Amino acid sequence: MRVYAATEGVKDEGFNPPDAGDFNLPPFIDGNSFATKPILLAFLSVLIISVFFILAARKSAVVPSKLQFAGESIYGFVRNDLGRDVIGHEFMRFVPYLFTLFTFILVNNVFGIVPLIQFPTMSRVSFPYVLAAITFFVFHYIGVRRHGLISYLKGIMFIPGVPKPAYILITPLELATYFIVRPMTLSLRLFANMFAGHLLLLVFILGGEHLLQGVIGLKLVSPFSFVVAIALTFFEFMVQCLQAYIFTLLTALYITGALADEH
Amino acid sequence: MRTIQLAADQLAALELAAGEELNPLIPHTSEIIVGFVAFSLLYMVLRRAVVPKFEKAFADRTDAIQGGMERAEKAQREAEAALTQYKSQLSDARGEAQQIREEARVQGAAIIEEMRAKAQEEAARITSSAQAAIEAERQQAINSLRSEVGTLATELASKIVGEALDDQVRQSRIVDRFLADLEKQK
Repeated sequence: MRVYAATEGVKDEGFNPPDAGDFNLPPFIDGNSFATKPILLAFLSVLIISVFFILAARKSAVVPSKLQFAGESIYGFVRNDLGRDVIGHEFMRFVPYLFTLFTFILVNNVFGIVPLIQFPTMSRVSFPYVLAAITFFVFHYIGVRRHGLISYLKGIMFIPGVPKPAYILITPLELATYFIVRPMTLSLRLFANMFAGHLLLLVFILGGEHLLQGVIGLKLVSPFSFVVAIALTFFEFMVQCLQAYIFTLLTALYITGALADEH
Repeated sequence: MRTIQLAADQLAALELAAGEELNPLIPHTSEIIVGFVAFSLLYMVLRRAVVPKFEKAFADRTDAIQGGMERAEKAQREAEAALTQYKSQLSDARGEAQQIREEARVQGAAIIEEMRAKAQEEAARITSSAQAAIEAERQQAINSLRSEVGTLATELASKIVGEALDDQVRQSRIVDRFLADLEKQK
């Protein structure tokens, strides 16, 4: 496995394709593990989202301004399409959580294509882990509160309407689904999409740059690499929005499952 | 000299790599802490300052729209009720007018009939009373004539007899005087 620092040192000895090292940005204050780009971006996203929505919601007018309308559209989307339509009549309790989840993931994802920032925070696996862990805790907590610990676990392990011998197969699968697969897939899906997307952009941008330094023939090929990079940027934007949507939608679905009378 | 330095850098980097595993699936403690703190912070801000405001705007809007619709519906209901009332009142009034006309016609006919009867009766009465008066006066005239003619005849005869009736002139003078006396007596 190659190292990021090494890439810097041997730049002109052939093309070094981007890899995991490109995500391991060194802290800008030596030895301070909090002074890194992803951490800065996470806080920046909190600042951006807070300021935007506080300004948008400040007046809460019946006839909204453009800013309020923009904020309301995003909030209304999460509230109605992800909250009300999925969870049902109890949805209002979970709207703040779903709303935070969606905006936080969306903004941090989109950082991946914002000029000068160009780093998706969620390609650092720690952040998806944290979010998946919170969702994991939230939906199990809701389930236990609603049904009581014993009957909640019974509901997960013994699905009604299944022949008794089938429980040998189904119970372990269900337990694995609820306690391992769900948080794992939730976090890894988000992480892997952002990681791969950023890597893809790096390949075409750094590749184009490298081709530009080559012989005349390679110089001519170089623009195509940049064109692909631009096209992929648009594609990435779609993926970034989609991943924020999917993460929030699945959280809403898990909450619905935990609230339901039968699992 | 430069190549040596470069090689040394590479070596240092490789040593670093050996110490720090570059598996992208391994989370970093500081990032986990930051992730949790940042997310909680955002959650609190949005929950406190944003969600209630948007909900208020939504509720106000629903209220405004629903209230307007309810008001419109109420107004329509009222208008319909008023219309029905007016219509029933109008038909009542029409019926009443018809009735009044009918009554008036009947009454008018009765009045005319009565008046005619009265007039006829009156006429008959006047006619009969006039006839009676004429009859009475005639009777009276006959009576008075009868008595007066007798008296006059006797008076005239006596006068004629008393005076010498020589000539024509004298006779006529006597008659004239007699008549003049009659005139005076009247």
